[in-house]
Amino acid sequence: MDEYTVEIKRTDVDGKTRMQTFKVPKDKVSTVLETLLYIKGYLDQTLTFRYSCGMEICGSCGMEINGKPHMACSFVLDNFKGDKILIEPLKHFKILRDLAVDIDPFFDKYKAVKPYVIRNDDGNYQKELLQTPKQFDEYIDYSMCIKCGLCMAACPIEGSDENYLGPAPLTAAWRFIADNRDQGKKMRLEIVSGAEGASRCHFAGECTEVCPKGVNPSFAIQKLRSSMIGLEFQKLFGGK
Amino acid sequence: MDTIKEDVIILGGGMAGLRAAVAAAEYDSKITIGLVSKLYPLRSHSVAAEGGTSAVLNAKDSFDLHAYDTIKGSDYLGDQDAIEEFVRLVPEQIYTTDHWGCPWSRNEDGTIAQRDFGALSFPRAVFAADKTGFHVMQTLYSRALMYPNIHFYNEYFATKLVVENNLFNAITTINIKTGDFVVFQGKSIVFAAGGAGRLYQFSTNAHFVTGDGDGIAYRAGIPLKDMEFMQFHPTGLVPSGILITEAARAEGGILLNNEKKRFMSTYAPNKLEKASRDVVSRAIMWEIEAGRGIKGEYGDMEYVYLDLTGISNLLDERLPMITEIAKKFNGIDAHTEPIPIHPAAHYTMGGIDSNVKTTTLYPNVFAVGENACVSIHGANRLGSNSTNECLALGNVAGKVAAEWAKSHDFASVSISSVNDEEKRIWEDLLKRNGGENVAKIRDDLRINLDKNVGVFRTEDLLQQGLKNIKSYQERYNRITIEDKSSKFNMELQWALELGFMLDLAEIINVGAIMRKESRGAHYRRDFPDRDDKNFMKHTIASYSVNGPQISYKPVVKTKWEPTVRSY
Ligand SMILES: Cc1cc2nc3c(=O)[nH]c(=O)nc-3n(C[C@H](O)[C@H](O)[C@H](O)COP(=O)(O)OP(=O)(O)OC[C@H]3O[C@@H](n4cnc5c(N)ncnc54)[C@H](O)[C@@H]3O)c2cc1C
Ligand code: SF4
Ligand code: FES
Repeated sequence: MDEYTVEIKRTDVDGKTRMQTFKVPKDKVSTVLETLLYIKGYLDQTLTFRYSCGMEICGSCGMEINGKPHMACSFVLDNFKGDKILIEPLKHFKILRDLAVDIDPFFDKYKAVKPYVIRNDDGNYQKELLQTPKQFDEYIDYSMCIKCGLCMAACPIEGSDENYLGPAPLTAAWRFIADNRDQGKKMRLEIVSGAEGASRCHFAGECTEVCPKGVNPSFAIQKLRSSMIGLEFQKLFGGK
Repeated sequence: MDTIKEDVIILGGGMAGLRAAVAAAEYDSKITIGLVSKLYPLRSHSVAAEGGTSAVLNAKDSFDLHAYDTIKGSDYLGDQDAIEEFVRLVPEQIYTTDHWGCPWSRNEDGTIAQRDFGALSFPRAVFAADKTGFHVMQTLYSRALMYPNIHFYNEYFATKLVVENNLFNAITTINIKTGDFVVFQGKSIVFAAGGAGRLYQFSTNAHFVTGDGDGIAYRAGIPLKDMEFMQFHPTGLVPSGILITEAARAEGGILLNNEKKRFMSTYAPNKLEKASRDVVSRAIMWEIEAGRGIKGEYGDMEYVYLDLTGISNLLDERLPMITEIAKKFNGIDAHTEPIPIHPAAHYTMGGIDSNVKTTTLYPNVFAVGENACVSIHGANRLGSNSTNECLALGNVAGKVAAEWAKSHDFASVSISSVNDEEKRIWEDLLKRNGGENVAKIRDDLRINLDKNVGVFRTEDLLQQGLKNIKSYQERYNRITIEDKSSKFNMELQWALELGFMLDLAEIINVGAIMRKESRGAHYRRDFPDRDDKNFMKHTIASYSVNGPQISYKPVVKTKWEPTVRSY
């Protein structure tokens, strides 16, 4: 076949949903994002979705493709056998229109873990803070998160409890704790120890499986959990 | 119509805008900052920056060397006083972002590492693997979250700068999510809305780099400078245009033609693959023209190879992103196979006529980043010299805008001008009904620029290009926006962007016709030499109802005399 059959779950601005099918010539497109741009440009101008970089680095274009969360821009059609593509909005997010979802609650959770270096000598920037390659390796993988939200869509806890901080925000907490330049560990551990924090995770590992950037949130949450135990221990026995 | 008041408005949440916002917030915690952006900040084009950012950190390097490399790279169109000041502002920004958590790549002893980049005489590019822009953006965004006086207005599309008595008083926007017309009243504004690289079809830029900031400023009477200088990066991945960073060549990657022969020795005998971008881009195009390109699996586009197999041991640590991109997008293992590449539109040297203090024609309007033309980059930007500009001058812009806001009151909003804009969008644009498709005009425009206003230019091509642009402008009057919804109307946004793109395309094209010489990225086959006597000057384009009015402005020279530029 020289056409893809693209079935898209549409949601209009009043929340009404329907499935719509498009035929897209194969020689015009090589990724799902290009497919959507082709449809919007030439077949149905009302189709709505987010995108920006086209190279899987800006985190805009997360959606469910054939039933799993993926980035549309890096979903290369050549690598995928078959002519039928099913596209739906990311799960666990409120739909604004078609494939565009409300990501504000996600960014709010991210902000809640204080995702920045905290130092008591802030403001003195004369020289770099030393960091050996080994110290660098402690956190660098966790800093690769593009805030796409795929892990939030895959996480079973997110599905049942919208207040759960979720994999990416928890990973961000760990990313800064593990950075030797940071001094905000205690403050952050308090935050992630809350009722909606790391203890809710069941280690289903779905987040790690879908992450396009190999971030491994599941492992970060495990690390957080062991640090939390350390903190409890300190509290009980007054250690420093 | 809603009105929102903020002391300082920052237009754009990319690297320049975020840096400016933080600087303004730090300047005075009582000043409020509205960061207005059509994209969530982390979705900005800046996250795509790959290879590095130049800074003088090593005792063996010097500010003069960094300045000289920049000036030579600019083909003597950069303003030397601005460049000298700029290079001195950069090192502090590297340390600052380090304290804020940027994962700069390290030496064994824990200090910040540096590497070579195109056309540098000292390896001074600081880098975060090949995700420099990504990491700097995460750092700045996170830092911005610490300031309660920074207010984010994400997915607000700016349409018009409202000016009275030569002072800005407001900017009109559409809240994309709701479709509401929202007016931001401010005391000062920083333009940080990025470049215009998506005027071209084969481009390394994110999709929304459509030159809105240039277009808005231009229509409000602020002149644009040197717009005919569009940088083509030698190594855009075929067929997507995704950038393969220059660091790949700086680390030892080589270019091969269809005979699997290295060809750069013909064009840049000393620097070879590490020559300046304009030089390497032309070399590739000449190889292809001479029939030594490869025509293969990727449609009509002919290409050459970037071969990284000789540095396969470095790929995972120093070039992980491009290695992953080659694999994900082309199924190519860069450790063992060469990568297909072709020059791609990459960086807009031109922009709002400004200077190293970031000021513009109107005293409370500032400009920074790819949106601005200082001019540091002149006719050709050096790789690794843009992100540092966003940081160093973003910091300056934030401070001066805050300073202004502290010592001035709000001017009242020019209501009639706001009303005109509301009518233009809802009464005119949305009601046009000539059946022309927005995406089709945009595609035609981009293909036209690739073909007629590209790496190689001639009088005939440029005249044809301009004729075509006029016809697209005419078709634009007859568009039909099929999407009638107010909420999340992306087609309306596309149409507004296309309006700016058509203005800018004309300015680029007219400037290119009038510049009868070759300098940096602007290469005229009919005038292949640089002509300092007649053209060592900046092109200034000012708005008029009949199209751009072109004038010129001298280049500032301090101590470097122009010489023949060879690599
Ligand atoms: C692939 C790639 C790699 C690069 N690598 C390097 C490198 O290694 N080193 C280097 O120094 N430089 C590099 N560059 C260049 C550098 O990345 C850019 O010049 C720089 O990031 C531009 O930043 P900016 O903040 O000016 O603009 P942008 O990041 O483009 O931000 C523009 C902002 O303006 C907003 N905006 C635009 N229009 C509107 C509107 N109408 N209304 C509201 N908001 C609007 C957008 O939402 C966005 O937030 C690279 C560029 C590319 C394309
Ligand atoms: S952890 Fe991975 S999946 Fe989750 S938001 Fe970050 S990049 Fe996306
Ligand atoms: S468009 Fe940026 S991640 Fe897909």
